[in-house]
Amino acid sequence: MRIELERRAGASGLFAIVSPLLALALTLIFGAIMFWMLGKNPGHALYSFFIEPLLEVWSLHELAIKAAPLILIAVGLAVCYRSNNWNIGAEGQFTIGAITGSILPILVPQWHSVLVLPLMLIMGAIGGAVFAAIPALLKTRFNTNEILVSLMLVYIAQLFLDWLVRGLWRDPKGFNFPQSISFSTEAVLPEILSSGRAHWGIVFALVAAVAIWFMMRFMLKGFEVSVLGRSERAGRFAGFSGRRMVWFSMMLSGALAGLAGISEVSGSIGHLQPSISPGYGFTAIIVAFLGRLNPLGIIASGFVLALTYLGGEAAQLSIGVSDKVTRVFQGLLLFFVLSCDTLILYRVRVIFGAGRAPAARS
Amino acid sequence: MKKLIIALAATAAALSGFVSGAQAQEKTKVCFVYVGTKTDGGWTQAHDLGRQELQKALGDKIETPYLESVPEGPDAERAIERMARSGCAMIFTTSFGFMDATVKVAQKFPKVKFEHATGFKAAENLATYNSRFYEGRYIQGQIAAKMSKKGLAGYIASFPIPEVVMGINAFELGAKSVNPNFKLKVVWANTWFDPGKEADAAKALIDQGVDILTQHTDTTAPMQVAAERGILAFGQASDMIAAGPKTQLTAIVDTWGAYYIKRTKALLDGTWKSEQVWDGLKDGILTMAPYTNMPDDVKAMAEETEAKIKSGELHPFTGPINKQDGSAWLKAGEKADDGTLLGMNFYVEGVDDKLPQ
Repeated sequence: MRIELERRAGASGLFAIVSPLLALALTLIFGAIMFWMLGKNPGHALYSFFIEPLLEVWSLHELAIKAAPLILIAVGLAVCYRSNNWNIGAEGQFTIGAITGSILPILVPQWHSVLVLPLMLIMGAIGGAVFAAIPALLKTRFNTNEILVSLMLVYIAQLFLDWLVRGLWRDPKGFNFPQSISFSTEAVLPEILSSGRAHWGIVFALVAAVAIWFMMRFMLKGFEVSVLGRSERAGRFAGFSGRRMVWFSMMLSGALAGLAGISEVSGSIGHLQPSISPGYGFTAIIVAFLGRLNPLGIIASGFVLALTYLGGEAAQLSIGVSDKVTRVFQGLLLFFVLSCDTLILYRVRVIFGAGRAPAARS
Repeated sequence: MKKLIIALAATAAALSGFVSGAQAQEKTKVCFVYVGTKTDGGWTQAHDLGRQELQKALGDKIETPYLESVPEGPDAERAIERMARSGCAMIFTTSFGFMDATVKVAQKFPKVKFEHATGFKAAENLATYNSRFYEGRYIQGQIAAKMSKKGLAGYIASFPIPEVVMGINAFELGAKSVNPNFKLKVVWANTWFDPGKEADAAKALIDQGVDILTQHTDTTAPMQVAAERGILAFGQASDMIAAGPKTQLTAIVDTWGAYYIKRTKALLDGTWKSEQVWDGLKDGILTMAPYTNMPDDVKAMAEETEAKIKSGELHPFTGPINKQDGSAWLKAGEKADDGTLLGMNFYVEGVDDKLPQ
C-alpha cells in the first residue's frame, strides 16, 4: 500500500475552508494524546485548556486583550502576504510603534489633554509604518530580500527599546528598574466596559479587520493587491505598479503593527519596559495563515491563538501541567495548518498493492 | 521506540499517582506565582522547595497550586488575578517585579491574603517578606578574599535596585575586612533568569581576569562556566554544588519553608496580619551551604563570622565605611539602619564599576 499526493487541476474550494478546521481537530486530538501521556485526564485537560477560559466574563476580557494585537497585526500581514511581500518583522514594527507612541507621555508627562491619546495612537502607527518602510525602500531600491531585512530589524527595534528604558527614558524614581515613568491617566487607553480590563485595542482590531476585508473585497486596491500577488507581470499590464505595492503593503502592515504596539503599551502595560510582547508579531503570522489570509477568518483565528495563551495558564493551575504546553499547542497548530493546506492543491490517493510507478520523475 | 513508549507510560503512571494523591476537594488553597521555572536550580527552585515543605507539613489541610514562568508585566497581573479568582486564600508572589501587579490585584480582592517577596509596598491584605541576603554575601566576600590569588572577584548582578547594590557592597566589605585592597568587578545581566546572558556575563568577567565568581541571578549557568574555566564560585539562592562539585565554595541558600509554614498556620488560625518581615541568618530564612573546596582555616573563619552575625555581634554594615568616591559614609562603630540599606543607591569604596543610574 502506498499513499500518493496528486496535484489537483485547481485549488479546492472545499478544502480551503475545511483545512483550518481539520488542523484544529488534529491539534486537539494530538493534544489529548499528549495529556494522556502526561497522565492527565484528556477530557478534563482539554476542558480546562479550551473551555474554562470562556466561561467567565473577566476571562473573556483577558481573551480580548490577548487577541487584539494578534488580529491587528495579522490583518496587515494578510495584505502583505496576499501581495507577495513577506513582512516577517511585525514584532519590530510593533516595538517601534510602542516607542514612538510613548514619546508624548514620557517626554511631556505634564501635558494633560484629551489630544494626548489620539496623538499617541497616530504617532505609534506612523512609527510602525516608517520602520516597515525600511525593508520596502531596500527592496524597491536594491532588490534586497524583505524577509531577511524585516526579520533582522526586529532585533534592532528590541535592542533600541532596551537601550531606551535602561538609559534615557528610565524612570528616575523607579529604583533603577529598567522601565519608563508610568503614563498619566490621559495617556492610558480606557477600558471598554467596567466588567473587566479589556481596552479599546480590541475595537481597533475589529474595525481594522472589517475595513481591510472591505478593501480586499470591494475596492480596486484590493483587486490590485491580489493581482500583483499572483502575477506581477499581469498586474503591470493592468497598469498596477509592483513597486508601489511593496510600499503600500509594507507600510500598511507596519502602521497596524505600530498601532497594536502603542495600544498594548498604553492599554495594558501603562509604561515602557524592556519586554512588551510575548512574541505577538510572530504569533500573528500563525494567526494570518490560520485565518486563510482573510481578515474575517483572522478575527476567529486571533481568538483561537489568544485562547492557547490563557488556556496554558488555566491548565497549569487546575491540572498542574507545565506552561510549555502552550508552546506545544501553538506549534502543533501551525504544523497542522501548513500540512493540511497541502490538501487544497493536492488530493491524497491511497494505492493498494504494487500500483503503478510514480509519475515520471528524474 | 517500544522502550520509549514503555518509559513514557511508566512516567505517566507515576505522575498520575502523584497528582491524584496530592489533590482533593475543600482544602484551603495557598498559591504561588514564580518568575522562572521551578527547576531553575536557584531562586525559583528555592521557593518551590519551600512550597513542597509547606505541602508536606500541612498537606492534610491545604493544597498549593502554582504558576511558573510568569513574566513581570501585564501577564503577571492576569496570572495573580486568575489565582485570586480560582479560590486561593493566600497568594505568594515571589519576584520583586510582581510588586505593582500584586498591589493592584490585592486592592480588587480584599478578602484574599497576599505575600510579596522582597518588595516594599504593603497593604491591609498584602504583607512583604524578605531575607537579609547581605549577611551571607559578607561571609562570601571574606572567603573570596582568602581564596583569590589576584585579589579580584567578579559579580554577576541583575538589576541595579537597592537589594542588589546592597549585596555587592556587603560582598566587598566582607572581602576588605580580610584584604583592604580587594577589588570587585560587576557585570549587569539585566535579567533575573536567562541562562545564556548569565553565562555570557560569567565569561566576560573571567576574561577580565577575575578568579572568583559570585552572582545575583537565578540559574546555575555562571557556576557551570566557572567550573569549565577552572575558577571558584559561590552559589545563589539554592545549593548549586551539583553544578560545580569542585567549584562551589558555599552558597546562600534561601530557606523559605519555615516562613511559608508559619504564615499558612497563621492564615488557618485566623491570626494572619499584614507584616513587613526582614529576617536573616539567625531566623533560618537564610542558610549557608556547606563550606567546600577551601582549606580548614578559611572554613573556620567563615563559620566564626556566621556565628557572630547570628549572635548579633557583627553587623556587616558597620563603620568606618567610605563611599566609592572616598567620601565618608559611616563613622567608626556606626551601623547602617534598615531604611538606608533598603534604599541603597551607591557603592562602597573598592567596587570597580560605575553604578548605572
